[in-house]
Amino acid sequence: MNAIPPPAASPPMGLIAELTHRCPLQCPYCANPLELARAAGELDTQTWQRVFDEAAAIGVLQCHLTGGEPTARRDIVPIVRRAAELGMYTNLITAGVLLDERSIAELVEAGLEHVQLSFQDVEPANADRIGNFKGGHAKKLEVAALVKAAGLPLTANFVVHRQNAERVPEMIELGTELGAGRIEVASVQYYGWGLTNRAALLPTRAQLDATTETVEEARVRLKGKVVIDYVVPDYYAMRPKSCMGGWARRLITITPRGRVLPCHAAEILPGFDFPSVHEKTLAEIWYSDPAFLRYRGTDWMPEPCRSCDQKEIDWAGCRCQAFQITGDASCTDPACSLSPDHAMMHAVLPESEAPPPAFVYRRIGSNLVGAK
Amino acid sequence: MEAAQEDAVPRFGPGMRFRFDDVRNAWIVLGPERLFLPDEQAAEILKLVDGSRTLGAIIDDLAARFAAPRDVLATDVTAMLRDLADKGAIRL
Repeated sequence: MNAIPPPAASPPMGLIAELTHRCPLQCPYCANPLELARAAGELDTQTWQRVFDEAAAIGVLQCHLTGGEPTARRDIVPIVRRAAELGMYTNLITAGVLLDERSIAELVEAGLEHVQLSFQDVEPANADRIGNFKGGHAKKLEVAALVKAAGLPLTANFVVHRQNAERVPEMIELGTELGAGRIEVASVQYYGWGLTNRAALLPTRAQLDATTETVEEARVRLKGKVVIDYVVPDYYAMRPKSCMGGWARRLITITPRGRVLPCHAAEILPGFDFPSVHEKTLAEIWYSDPAFLRYRGTDWMPEPCRSCDQKEIDWAGCRCQAFQITGDASCTDPACSLSPDHAMMHAVLPESEAPPPAFVYRRIGSNLVGAK
Repeated sequence: MEAAQEDAVPRFGPGMRFRFDDVRNAWIVLGPERLFLPDEQAAEILKLVDGSRTLGAIIDDLAARFAAPRDVLATDVTAMLRDLADKGAIRL
């Protein structure tokens, strides 16, 4: 049908293993899809271990164990152990509330190398309200100390939005006090649950400017001691983010049920038949699956990306955002000021000045009225 | 930029791991949610970062093996390690 060979791909760098969608927290900006997988459909221990074998064989260097809440899996220890035995850098991305001294010790013994612990705020009552989990913040503080006591490097992840942005200075202070070597000041990304709750979460321009100033000052002050990663909300951007470092260029995501995706949100895109670990090996998927080839590289790009000197920096931005905002997944990310659709992003900004509606909490069967 | 003393002992930062990758046939520095792909020259330097050699000893070792003036090497090695130190990959 088509004699043009697929573009040559480099080996993937990282595997994002979404071990489960189960989570005791219900954050209204969760990156999981609106349709959450139930426990019965999750890949079993042996399948995850086999998939890790395949990942290491094609050059995956880092294994990000996430969810939902990855420690909700009873087999988290053998799962970590296999990833570590394969030489992959093992990173646990967790809400922390299910961990204790003993389980942390077991994870360290299995070879865990790093923990990213999420925080909803520094103000306990507001943090617990955002995660809809009473006592969660206090528990996280305990777990952070246990992680450090176990000798593991820690990233403190703060998800920032309109209802906590004033406290970014205290967030950086808390992360530093907890001994985090890395702090993420991560603005909510508006997909799935975050998009559903956008009117309650989108920060104002003034909040964003203050956050940026805080981060820039802290980066200078903490240089060489604490790395601060900062993610801005796309709605205020002039250039799109390099989403996933480019489609199928660096990362593979595997869902709890075993779907293999170039991005954790990609299942929202129409016209795709994403492969499953039950049907194909990761090598076959990475190098030849049509879903992975679709937007890899630059040949697929439309204008203004095609002739843009930034095209190998931002890779045309995010396909999911292009689809969500314009209805066409193949166009330039409208976050880019050069996109003909950029005004559609700006048109949303007045939401940030209106009183926030109540959260639609992330849970199976949550009321999705207002989702779009 | 603060100058590094030659008696400083560079070491990898917390959670950083330096290993060879057979798939890419290259040395890699792995760390918390990031990684660095050092070029061959940088990899030769990083192989000598073992938590006991001083910066001066690392420069001496390289100067003995590669035909390069020591002062030039000292500048390059220090700059490379300083750059990785600023990124948290190396403690200098």
